[in-house]
Amino acid sequence: MSRRVLMLLAVMVCALQFGTALNAQNLQLTIRDVQTKVVKIYGAGGLRQMEAYQSGLLISPEGHVLTALSYVLDTDDLAVILHDGRKWTAEYLASDPITDLALLKLPDEAEQLPHFDLQLETAARARPGQRILALSNLYGIATGDEPVSVLQGVVTAIAPLKARRGAFQSNYRDEVYVLDAYANNPGAAGGALVDWQGNLLGILGKELRSEVTGTWLNYALPVYAIASTVDEMLAGGVNSAPTALPPEVPTHTTESLGLSLIPNVIARTPPYVDSLRRGSAAELAGLRPDDLVVFVNGEPIDSHMALVQQLDRIENVDPVTMSVLRNGELREFTLTPASADDSSAQVSKPDTADSTPEE
Amino acid sequence: MKYSILCCAITFVALLMPAHLTAKPAAEVLEAERQRVEVMRRAAATTVAVFDSSGEGGGSGVVISPDGFALTNFHVTAPCGPAMKCGMADGKVYDAVIVGIDPVGDVALIQLLGRDDFPHAPMGDSDSVQVGDWVFTSGNPFLLANDFQPSIAYGMVSGTNRYQYPSGTLLEYADCIQTDAAINPGNSGGPLFDANGRLIGINGRGSFEKRGRVNVGVGYAISINQIKYFLGYLKSGRIVDHATLGATVSTTADGQVKVDEILETSDAYRRGLRYGDEILQFAGRDITTANRLKNALGIFPRGWSVPLTYRRAGETIETTVRLMGVHDPTQLFDLVQQQNFKPPERKPERKEPVPEKQMPNPIEQLKDLIKKKPRLPKAVADRHEARRGYANYWYNERQQQSLWNNYTGSEVLAKESGRWKVTGAAAEIEIDSASATIKQANAVSGATFDGDLSSQLSPPGSGGLLLTLHLWQRFVEKGVKKYGEVYYLGRLPAREDGALVDCLVGIYAGMETCFQFDTQSGELVSIVMLPRDGLDPCELYLSNYGDLGGRELPRTWRVFHGQQLFMQLELESWGFLNVSTGEQN
Repeated sequence: MSRRVLMLLAVMVCALQFGTALNAQNLQLTIRDVQTKVVKIYGAGGLRQMEAYQSGLLISPEGHVLTALSYVLDTDDLAVILHDGRKWTAEYLASDPITDLALLKLPDEAEQLPHFDLQLETAARARPGQRILALSNLYGIATGDEPVSVLQGVVTAIAPLKARRGAFQSNYRDEVYVLDAYANNPGAAGGALVDWQGNLLGILGKELRSEVTGTWLNYALPVYAIASTVDEMLAGGVNSAPTALPPEVPTHTTESLGLSLIPNVIARTPPYVDSLRRGSAAELAGLRPDDLVVFVNGEPIDSHMALVQQLDRIENVDPVTMSVLRNGELREFTLTPASADDSSAQVSKPDTADSTPEE
Repeated sequence: MKYSILCCAITFVALLMPAHLTAKPAAEVLEAERQRVEVMRRAAATTVAVFDSSGEGGGSGVVISPDGFALTNFHVTAPCGPAMKCGMADGKVYDAVIVGIDPVGDVALIQLLGRDDFPHAPMGDSDSVQVGDWVFTSGNPFLLANDFQPSIAYGMVSGTNRYQYPSGTLLEYADCIQTDAAINPGNSGGPLFDANGRLIGINGRGSFEKRGRVNVGVGYAISINQIKYFLGYLKSGRIVDHATLGATVSTTADGQVKVDEILETSDAYRRGLRYGDEILQFAGRDITTANRLKNALGIFPRGWSVPLTYRRAGETIETTVRLMGVHDPTQLFDLVQQQNFKPPERKPERKEPVPEKQMPNPIEQLKDLIKKKPRLPKAVADRHEARRGYANYWYNERQQQSLWNNYTGSEVLAKESGRWKVTGAAAEIEIDSASATIKQANAVSGATFDGDLSSQLSPPGSGGLLLTLHLWQRFVEKGVKKYGEVYYLGRLPAREDGALVDCLVGIYAGMETCFQFDTQSGELVSIVMLPRDGLDPCELYLSNYGDLGGRELPRTWRVFHGQQLFMQLELESWGFLNVSTGEQN
């Protein structure tokens, strides 16, 4: 009896001892396996800072490829290259403008491919602090039969991507894995985020740069957040008409609000109102020539350019709140776009204090 | 039975407990940490912070031998001139001198002076490096290390056998290691270590594009195995060139790598390679894409011989090709000169425009200052000799002298330089400074050594055996100083058995002859005589050194031409006739 216990003990101690060496080897095998499920995608682009390549995930044995929806896909000649150099022209199946994902399909002769199982029920979830690997063809380094690159790091946070409200321009606003690895370099979009066992945790998103700090975000869309969308795409439900890119959301301009600023002549031209179009949202709201705009929707505005850029982040159906300096006083106005829906918007409702101009 | 299971469960919990539930980490975690700290401490001690002689600019490096030889990037040493200052983790600054450069591979060999017991890094095997291996960089990023304690960055191998296209005109990173361990400005030339502290690469380049110039997880290190091939060349003090096959290839739609174009002067052409042939293997590697051939080729210095397998019309042909240089030597020298006027850290980047919002870069600002030319420190001046075409001729000349002095023939044969009469079963050869004859089983051939020597290639099929013997005679008689132009090429594998030899190149009457010496014994083991470009050389292999008539001489001669054995001569006697008759003219 006791001998058996001793033997078991010995085995366990040995297992612990060799654990580190085995782990290292397992990790390499895991990476090699995951590399077979990540593809290199080549399409449109190639102009300055518009890379003509990105990454994708094989999600079915018959060659469904999940990738980021981008200008790269905007071509009839979309090449998908597997880890072993096999190359196919992919067909565009569907896309989803919210998650910014697209589904491609390799031709029928592609079969029994290695792939990720993208099931909501079984999806692995990462926790903050968990070690991860990010596999993608960042910078287009791998070509032909060369496997994609792997970077390592940890999940630093799981947080909603604040999208247009904040600094990042993205249609997707829900939870993302924020990473400390430089996962989202050019060409990395559509790559795999996996744990150390090779389970798919998420798909690497498109490059996002904070307009406030200028830093690039490293993140992935979690499987749990996209699985149902992917199912719909596989079923042909989401936007299966091949419109490669989501329509640009129309945003505000000074023109649309009926606001004319003094000419932008120096690097930081102060955003003084020059004139107002009669009947425009700006005039109806109570703005006047020579007002200096200092805040738009709570964001500080320090120049003509900043004002134009800030307006460009606001959909043209949404009201705009502007704070202006007039005679040394800070005043706030809400500009309600006239075009919003119907006649109900024609009466603008300036803030009570400013409703009547004082002459 | 129940008891044992219970016991087991308790033990199991007990073993897991410390790791997961209590504050104290498991013993093996602490042990792993202790080992890693120790590995990094040792690695840091071999790391060098390289500055130019005014103490500015610079990058990193790593010492690889106790006598102070250190590796760094060519683009780090280029603006320094022949002398640099090297700070090490002991807090001391050492003078260092340039030894040899490989401008295409972006490698420079320097020597730190003042000690013969420098801490040095053991070399690993970069061919065994795998994606997922843990690695770390050591160096002087952003020139942070005021006390020369290097910064360490841990990471993973992201890719192996990566090919990075030439940046500008010169630099090409073939077969390099890609890592996410941080490689920043100032890390250039510094070491990439594996988790056990073995040197596996020299860091030098990264992908940035619109991300500015600070690490974004994609750095590249020149593989140490490539540098091992070049090391024996770099120690010659020369400007070392990379190799080309003399042919270009492309990958066809069905995944074959085919020859697009081939130079008729290349050795590959003489070995039968032609337009449209499919390359199967090169230097032991399967070639499946054009990139793979570039990788396999990019690690070799000019002049090396490597196995090549190609296929034509279903037939597979295996051969060995001698690789030619990528550049004309003067062309390479001019490119290096241009490079020397460029600031460091600029070249390894990609060519994309620098974004307007860029981190301030200390190195660039320092390098914007006008280059000063301080006088060389004495230790450096003693080990430096400028000569066109060389990084540092002092090392070359020292090697020439040492090879000559260790060669027994310089004594044994020099005294008997008049007329040789060599007799064996296969042939009888008589040679003096004016003419030679060879008697074989059913033929007699001769050669006279005046006028155009390169046309005296008898006996037929040998590629010029008699001329080769003539040049050997001249070599032992005149020595390295008077033979003609002589330089030390470096250390490379001899064709016949692949063992490394030290090679002296002698140029006389327009003919290039390599005198190759055993690296251990110092004996002359082969003479490779190239009468002119576009011909196969005559290769004479000398072995079986032993007593022959009271002298220590090579008793087996094997002669090859165009990879065919022309003759094997087992010497029965080697007669030396009257010296005075040989000295008539």
